[in-house]
Amino acid sequence: MTAPVTAATMALDGGIAPAASEVEPDAFVASRGYWGHVGHRLVRDPVAITAGAVILAIVVVAILSPWITPMDPYRGSMLRRLKPVGDATYWLGSDELGRDMLSRLMVGARLSLFMGVTPVLIAFVIGSSIGIVAGYVGGWTNTILMRTIDVFFAFPSVLLAIALSGALGAGIFNAIVSLTCVFVPQIARISESVTTGIRARDYIDAARLSGASALTIMRVQVLGNVVGPIFVYSTGLISVSMILASGLSFLGLGVRPPEPEWGLMLNTLRTAIYVNPTVAALPGLAIFIVSISFNLFSDGLRSAMEIRQ
Amino acid sequence: MLLYILKRLVAVTPVAFGVSLVCFLLVHLAPGDPLSAILPADATQATIDEMRAAYGFDKPLPVQYAIWLWHVLHGDLGVSIATGRPVLGEVTRAVVNSLILASVATLIGFTFGTLFGFVAGYHRNSILDRVASAISVFGVSVPHYWLGMVMVIVFSANLGWLPPTGAGPDGSGNWRPDFEHLRFIILPAVTMSVIPMGIIARTVRALVADILAQDFVEALRAKGLDEVGVFKHVVRNAAPTALAIMGLQLGYLLGGSILIETVFAWPGTGFLLNAAIFQRDLPLLQGSILVLAMFFVALNLLVDVMQTALDPRIERA
Repeated sequence: MTAPVTAATMALDGGIAPAASEVEPDAFVASRGYWGHVGHRLVRDPVAITAGAVILAIVVVAILSPWITPMDPYRGSMLRRLKPVGDATYWLGSDELGRDMLSRLMVGARLSLFMGVTPVLIAFVIGSSIGIVAGYVGGWTNTILMRTIDVFFAFPSVLLAIALSGALGAGIFNAIVSLTCVFVPQIARISESVTTGIRARDYIDAARLSGASALTIMRVQVLGNVVGPIFVYSTGLISVSMILASGLSFLGLGVRPPEPEWGLMLNTLRTAIYVNPTVAALPGLAIFIVSISFNLFSDGLRSAMEIRQ
Repeated sequence: MLLYILKRLVAVTPVAFGVSLVCFLLVHLAPGDPLSAILPADATQATIDEMRAAYGFDKPLPVQYAIWLWHVLHGDLGVSIATGRPVLGEVTRAVVNSLILASVATLIGFTFGTLFGFVAGYHRNSILDRVASAISVFGVSVPHYWLGMVMVIVFSANLGWLPPTGAGPDGSGNWRPDFEHLRFIILPAVTMSVIPMGIIARTVRALVADILAQDFVEALRAKGLDEVGVFKHVVRNAAPTALAIMGLQLGYLLGGSILIETVFAWPGTGFLLNAAIFQRDLPLLQGSILVLAMFFVALNLLVDVMQTALDPRIERA
């Protein structure tokens, strides 16, 4: 709606005000905010943009998959099992129960993405809250919170994820809970160090002197200044989370059959690697593409925000 | 130095206790009775109670923790519910196999990671640098269990060069350093090495570039030292951090080997964990996780102390 208005205004002003071409172009550039600059730098990074486009495309396919799959992803035929890639009916072949791979990969994207992204999102909220409170309040609160976090750092993340979901039992919900527990300490530690870094700044003192409560300062001054770095760090975790979530399903600890999920598909197709290796490797390729795209996008975002690690 | 080691030991004690508490609570997080795996479906309440008392599951939690911890401190990790054998023995055998695999993988990853890192750090923004960065992004993004499958497809199914699974020709549970066994470790070790390779390459590249940009390198060249001499100085400066990363990666690989061990049926801790989870053998699960986590804690401590010893600039004691 803004375009015609602008054009009309320019036409009206044309005679009186200086023509648009005479205005210093720098004046417009300088008006971009911080996030505007980040966005501008990001779109000029071909690798990050390609990665972002791939992620977006896969997300769109995942959302639309129930309506756009070429075949029923659950219906199989034992007579047409393990068809090769490039088959006339099954474009990406068929799986060990004769179900269409392309359709299953499309529908599988839903659960795989959901299980990869959700733990990081929840951990982002919980972890940054813990980190900000620990970093801002300091003292005993910090000691207790951060020493508890240290205990979880004593477990390699894959081991922690598998131990927790192994104890809780298989299932989507348990897998998400376990992965969240893996990422909360990592995000909390980053948030704590970023918060500690800014808590002695003048603007925090100014807010405190103006009578703002600790909660308000944390919500407004602290959160606003630490959320960027924490966010970038968290986007870098999505790739790990995707690999781990599918890994849990691969072990039989996540999604249960016959629900399509890339890790689980990879597991059930393991028996077929001698018969039809290309088809067997496809779900893993999907995980790899999403994981590397998230990594490259996160790297681009980081350099666009000029955050050094 | 000794004081520093003591200080670190004191600092690590509460973490170790925390770890033991988490491992203990894992069993009680689990839904259902820990004994349900061995009790017959038609067991009477009397039998169930008797078994619960025999395994000590009838006592209050803090008491159970105290008893368990006391036993653990005396090297008793309990008895596997599924096999009836002591957990410690099972875990030790598996840890040795895992450690061999993880060490070989770390060694491969470290060798190539440093190589790529040095080349990239010396020739920043060149084609070689881009290739090295691509390799490191690949290393951290690839689902290693899938890479393992691809390796099996290429080198076992298609080319038939290497065995796809197991640790030895006899199908036995122990790896030995001879030629026949060596063929079995190649695929899992190479697959596993990709993760530390990427991380080490990335770290070393940044380190080398940082060191080369420092004034002392300029000074060394100005006084007429040849490139080999300068290179020695760069290595000396990069070594503490690179070795520390290597140590940590070994810990991560040891703890995270379950997926790769499952793909290659490697008889290590991953394999043991897998069995413990699916047979709901909770003492075994608890014991394996405790040993692995404690190993990781000890390794961290060792890396920290080693780094301090190697790098005179770090004065923490």
